[in-house]
Amino acid sequence: MTKTSVLESDTLMPSANPIILQMQSITKEFPGVKALSDVSITVRASEIHSICGENGAGKSTLMKVLSGVYPYGSYDGEIVFQNEVCQFKDIRASEHAGIVIIHQELALIPELSITENIFLGNEPTKFGIINWDDARLRTIELMARVGLSEDPDTPVKEIGVGKQQLVEIAKALNKSVKLLILDEPTAALNESDSQHLLDLIRGLKGKGISCIMISHKLNEIEQVSDSITIIRDGKSIETLDVKADGVDEDRIIKGMVGRTLESRFPEHTPKIGEVFFEVKNWTVRHPQIADRLVCKNSSFTVRRGEIVGFAGLMGAGRTELARSLFGRSYGHYISGQIIKDGKEITLRNVPEAIKHGLGYVTEDRKTLGLNLLDDIKTTTVAANLDAISKRSVVNLGKEYEVAEQYRKQLRTKTPSVDEGVSKLSGGNQQKVVLAKWMFTDPDLLILDEPTRGIDVGAKYEIYGIIQALANQGKGVIVISSELPELLGISDRIYTIFEGAITGVLNKSQASQESLMKRMTAAKKSA
Amino acid sequence: MNAIKQLFGGNTRQFGMIFALVALIVFFQFMTGGVILTPDNVINLVNGYSYILILAIGMVLVIIAGHIDLSVGSVAAFVGIVVALTMRDWHLPWYMGIVVGLVLGALIGAWQGFFVAYVGIPAFIVTLAGMLLFRGANQYFGKSLTVPVPTDFQFIGAGYLNEVGPDTGYNNLTLLVGFIIVAALIWSGLRNHRKAVALGADVKPLWVTITKLVILCAVVLYATYLFATGRPGTSFPVPGIILGVLVLAYGFIAARTTIGRHIYAVGGNRHAAALSGVKSKRTDFLVILNMAVLAGLAGMIFVARSNASGPSDGVGWELDAIAAVFIGGAAVTGGVGTVVGSMIGGLVMAVLNNGLQLMGVGSDMTQIIKGLVLLAAVVFDVYNKSQGKASFIGLMMKKLGGRDNPDLAVAEPLRDAVRTES
Repeated sequence: MTKTSVLESDTLMPSANPIILQMQSITKEFPGVKALSDVSITVRASEIHSICGENGAGKSTLMKVLSGVYPYGSYDGEIVFQNEVCQFKDIRASEHAGIVIIHQELALIPELSITENIFLGNEPTKFGIINWDDARLRTIELMARVGLSEDPDTPVKEIGVGKQQLVEIAKALNKSVKLLILDEPTAALNESDSQHLLDLIRGLKGKGISCIMISHKLNEIEQVSDSITIIRDGKSIETLDVKADGVDEDRIIKGMVGRTLESRFPEHTPKIGEVFFEVKNWTVRHPQIADRLVCKNSSFTVRRGEIVGFAGLMGAGRTELARSLFGRSYGHYISGQIIKDGKEITLRNVPEAIKHGLGYVTEDRKTLGLNLLDDIKTTTVAANLDAISKRSVVNLGKEYEVAEQYRKQLRTKTPSVDEGVSKLSGGNQQKVVLAKWMFTDPDLLILDEPTRGIDVGAKYEIYGIIQALANQGKGVIVISSELPELLGISDRIYTIFEGAITGVLNKSQASQESLMKRMTAAKKSA
Repeated sequence: MNAIKQLFGGNTRQFGMIFALVALIVFFQFMTGGVILTPDNVINLVNGYSYILILAIGMVLVIIAGHIDLSVGSVAAFVGIVVALTMRDWHLPWYMGIVVGLVLGALIGAWQGFFVAYVGIPAFIVTLAGMLLFRGANQYFGKSLTVPVPTDFQFIGAGYLNEVGPDTGYNNLTLLVGFIIVAALIWSGLRNHRKAVALGADVKPLWVTITKLVILCAVVLYATYLFATGRPGTSFPVPGIILGVLVLAYGFIAARTTIGRHIYAVGGNRHAAALSGVKSKRTDFLVILNMAVLAGLAGMIFVARSNASGPSDGVGWELDAIAAVFIGGAAVTGGVGTVVGSMIGGLVMAVLNNGLQLMGVGSDMTQIIKGLVLLAAVVFDVYNKSQGKASFIGLMMKKLGGRDNPDLAVAEPLRDAVRTES
């Protein structure tokens, strides 16, 4: 694994390096929407340049213009890369020039091997016949550069998402990349994989490869970036030199939202009551792998008005726990009890879970939480159609009223509730999903990564919504990979490691260190 | 220009397939010297195509839910032969024959639905197997011969509304039906307008609603006139009545009931639907079962019209039904489509068939043209959508419960590629 020492990369002094990329006055319009308006960005050689902005600000659009996804002619403005004016007509053209983009949704084919994926679209051929032996050798070489030691024939679906990300980088290295664009590279990674990736990027910088990084993880941006460009509402607001301007997270936030956020979390006085929900010895088996348990004898409680956090590394089993409790929608139930309001209940399917007052906001709203074909009002009522129907006939007037009520209450930014949910930004989509579950009036609401991929301003609003739900006497479980978030809103936090609950800490006892210790160790005496 | 935009719903997106249908009718009216819009011809058209449209009703629900059903032709034929045989050999009266047909359809639907919904086999495979299986069964039971059906059964396929009441020179019952439809349209149109205003939702100005109503009523009245003035003994055909009732019922079910919502939810995002409490397996089972029942009904109507059930009935029906559904705006990936849209799609095919036939074009050429029209219709719609312009299909039906077609939302890179190449 290549690891550049901090000293080495310091001496490169990015602000003095030659400019390799200049995007000048880029304007990109879609019918009815001006996504980018006169945006300019300058990247130097051997630099890590981050782009920050709220969701919908235009970051991804800008990168799509740069990488040729939006070809020359579909935008105004000029791109100059390595002193040459660029008129990319597709992605191939930009890759040919040395610009490679790695999207947030990795472009890997799960069924194909590491080798096949690295050479996808780029196969070493002679008269149309692929030379796999060559490819395989080169793959091993590339994997070494990114710190992978898998068998190159392993299907990509079998390695974790952290390693998949590294395969993507290896793929980029294979294309002789000079400017690497990373869109939310650590969004789906746990702490250690994220660090590994960031170290790798720093190493690439040492080898002369510049990097543009789009990310919401401000602490990481602060950690690795040399410069930061902040984009808001399709306009480039400012560019900061991290060292020279002494940039920290608060400074970045200020640039992104246009004001300082006094605090990331709203003020909240918890009103906690009695235990009303209890899980005892919950054991669940993996759906396909017969001898693997995803939940090992887990037990926990939730009180009325309490916000309970679940902390754990990626793959620790938090989502599995939540989904298996929610109507056995994951895995094979082996044993365990759910006790609500003093009575044991069996939740054999999702409708039963909803009937017993449980709600579950899924981890990935786009694939599991929303029907992207629907509009806001249809989505809002989707989990509780019976409340607005009489003898199976839906009352469209009531549907509209309910949707409007939640739109106002949650301050969803949309012209009307007839708008398609696919048109909303991530934060507003999440609000619609929350509305859907709030309409079922659950007693216990489980939120799985409720603020993933959502900008700082919207996160604040969602925390407020969570606290309001708690104030109503409901129990709220928040599963999150962002420790600061859990520490900010939870009253108690359970830690999970490899399917087992390893500890529980009160708000006063919890800290990133104490949580991390329990998230990475087997259960000791609690 | 703005006025026209308002008429078509706020933007120029609602030309839709109705525009294409009207254009086709006008074209053939011209090319056939006015024959296509004569009473006898429109009656023929309804008689000859109603069973396909009935299939399209069931098929659109199947496709919305994300499946497909290739067995409908064979199921229709099989139910047809069994009904013909039971009426002949067991001397069942005609209404019992219909009951047998519907029950048999339900059994077949339950069989196929079980495999699709609860065993998890793709519907394509299960219904492909059904296509072979029930074709064979039709030939086995009927011994590959045609089996005639009694005259009173033929009523459902070849019957007309009776001549009733005073002699007005028209068929009175047809007139009555026409007037009732006009009255219902006016009442519901105005009621919806008032309700939307009361809710404070986005409302089109009153003159738009009224203009739409006037146009619709004019069309209905003209059609009523055509049907009421056919040859003596003919009027609006009974299969047309059956079709009309089914369109109303299923249109309502799809747009306004919880089961309708579930079908769209399951088709739009199966996992999200399941995690929202929709019983997705039950929904799958029901659409497949329903399709087979409607296939049985279509088979019986066809047999009633042909006076007999034969071994080659139903061949190719599934493709006509599927074409009607896709021309009508459904998406291959599911979650999109409407009953009314499929009817319009079906009518486009029917008018095309009928018009070409009247022009003397052979069935070979007709087939070629139909294939090209199907392709052209969807390509044109995709192209328009990618230009950010009107979708010729799709949003047209939004008020009646339709959805924006995701197939037609071309991926962004492609969208711009198309634009720069033009």
